[in-house]
Amino acid sequence: MSAALETRGLCKSFGALTVADDIDFRLEIGARHALIGPNGAGKTTFVNMLTGALPPSSGRIVLGGEDITAMAQAKRVKRGLGRTFQINALFRRLAVIDNVALAVAERRGVARRMLRAASTHADVRAESMDLLATLGLAEDAGIRILDLPYGKQRLVEIAIALGLKPRVLLLDEPAAGVPSLESYRILQVLDNLPKHIAILIIEHDMDLVFRFAQRITVLVQGEVLVEGPPEEIAKDKRVHQVYLGEQHHG
Amino acid sequence: MSAHAGGYSADPRIRWIESLPWIVAIAAFFALPEYLSLGARILIYILYALSLDLIVGYAGIITLGHSAYFGLGAYIAGILAAKAGISDPMVQLAAAAAAGALLGISTGAIILRTKALTLLMLTLAITSVLLEIANKATTLTGGADGLSGVVVAPILGLFRFDIFGKTAYLYCLLVLLLGWWLVRKMIYSPFGTSLTGVRENSLRMHAIGAPVYWRLVLVYTLSATIAGVAGGLITQTNQFVGLNVLSFESAGELLVMLILGGVGRIYGAFVGPVAYLIAQDFLAKQFPEYWYFGIGTMLVLVVMFARGGILGILDGSLVKLRSRP
Repeated sequence: MSAALETRGLCKSFGALTVADDIDFRLEIGARHALIGPNGAGKTTFVNMLTGALPPSSGRIVLGGEDITAMAQAKRVKRGLGRTFQINALFRRLAVIDNVALAVAERRGVARRMLRAASTHADVRAESMDLLATLGLAEDAGIRILDLPYGKQRLVEIAIALGLKPRVLLLDEPAAGVPSLESYRILQVLDNLPKHIAILIIEHDMDLVFRFAQRITVLVQGEVLVEGPPEEIAKDKRVHQVYLGEQHHG
Repeated sequence: MSAHAGGYSADPRIRWIESLPWIVAIAAFFALPEYLSLGARILIYILYALSLDLIVGYAGIITLGHSAYFGLGAYIAGILAAKAGISDPMVQLAAAAAAGALLGISTGAIILRTKALTLLMLTLAITSVLLEIANKATTLTGGADGLSGVVVAPILGLFRFDIFGKTAYLYCLLVLLLGWWLVRKMIYSPFGTSLTGVRENSLRMHAIGAPVYWRLVLVYTLSATIAGVAGGLITQTNQFVGLNVLSFESAGELLVMLILGGVGRIYGAFVGPVAYLIAQDFLAKQFPEYWYFGIGTMLVLVVMFARGGILGILDGSLVKLRSRP
């Protein structure tokens, strides 16, 4: 059975610097998978290659059995690959609902329409509001992103990605910079995401990773160091050495 | 007349205040009959500025070469009228629009692959190249002497262009009304909202699967089409085309008008040319050698103290008034 997302021998070099080295990776359908590693391990580069923001130097990327290595970013999104960003990439001067509606309209194919007012597309509005309600943001729908607390902005990041109805969702540090109380809220949201979506989360918050993920891949200097279920990763001495230090998770 | 932005929660209905420019334009027709030529010029520049606002204010495409499309429209209408014997104003205007569109899509497809300073320089290069072509192709364009002998038949065979500029004024007003209606409709549409998305964060627009490049090419082409129409109008009302329509100064002047009025507000394109052209008219009469100083001072003051332009000042004042207990 084909995986939701798979890479084979994925490499990326910038001159003499290799940031991804022969990465074989498999994300199963409906998986809850985490990608961890110290700073500079190449995690975001890996995600950028998966989404098409960065072309790999060599190797293949396969989405649902289809080779998407040379496919444009927009087409990958249409095939069901969604992502969030480590640093908020929102439409800051637009209202929360418009941030989500842009994604919903794009997916529904109405974004190119010119002669009917956007606000008359009741279906787009309704779906966007539903999504916001699911994430507990309904009351903030009319607020501009600029005026929204940071923790909620992180949730809008996720809402935009969900507006694309992805089969595979790549979450690049969804709790980055969020106070622990709000990071609990993000974990709650992640727990309630539809089970059919395969999720790859990149995160430094180990509590969140070990509570969320069913499988963990550890990336070090662009190479996969080890992969396995959380309990194995927590016990792995190499992981402790390069990443976790003396911290212990069970 | 706050900033007009589309969006899925924006009310697209026309507000009463939006009828103000049209009331003023009609009132000016009756109250200021001796200024109708200047009035027609202002209306044309409003249309031209509206086309620029679409790309600069809404899509975030910076340009110093919008005069390429305006100038091409002007020359196409002029060449048809003076050289090809086609005097029907509707045909001339349609040809000016088509020429603007064609140049818009062909140049846009190339230059919109670039950004920032490179894009700015390329837009400048396009209008400079066209200016040089118009300068050299004297048999068609009249070169530095300009293109005269422009013949414009009565509109729809009924309304002759008169020496007082009445027909020209009303004709320009109608074309502007149509242009405004189209631009406004577009801004409030999903397409317009997606343009705002590109301006705000093109990285994210890519990530939600938007064909960012093609959207920009499309809006650039539409903007060039409107600029072409404005160019056609200037030829028909002046019955002459000079090289200045293609100059960098013309493009820069337009940008100054838009900044004065307020970028990304639709009506900034109305206020800017009115303020600029009236100030120019007044200053050129009072201080023939130093009138640019006055315009420059206006621009410096707006850039330093009122980034939203004249409409931004009005907006800010209204907000302050409303927030008073």
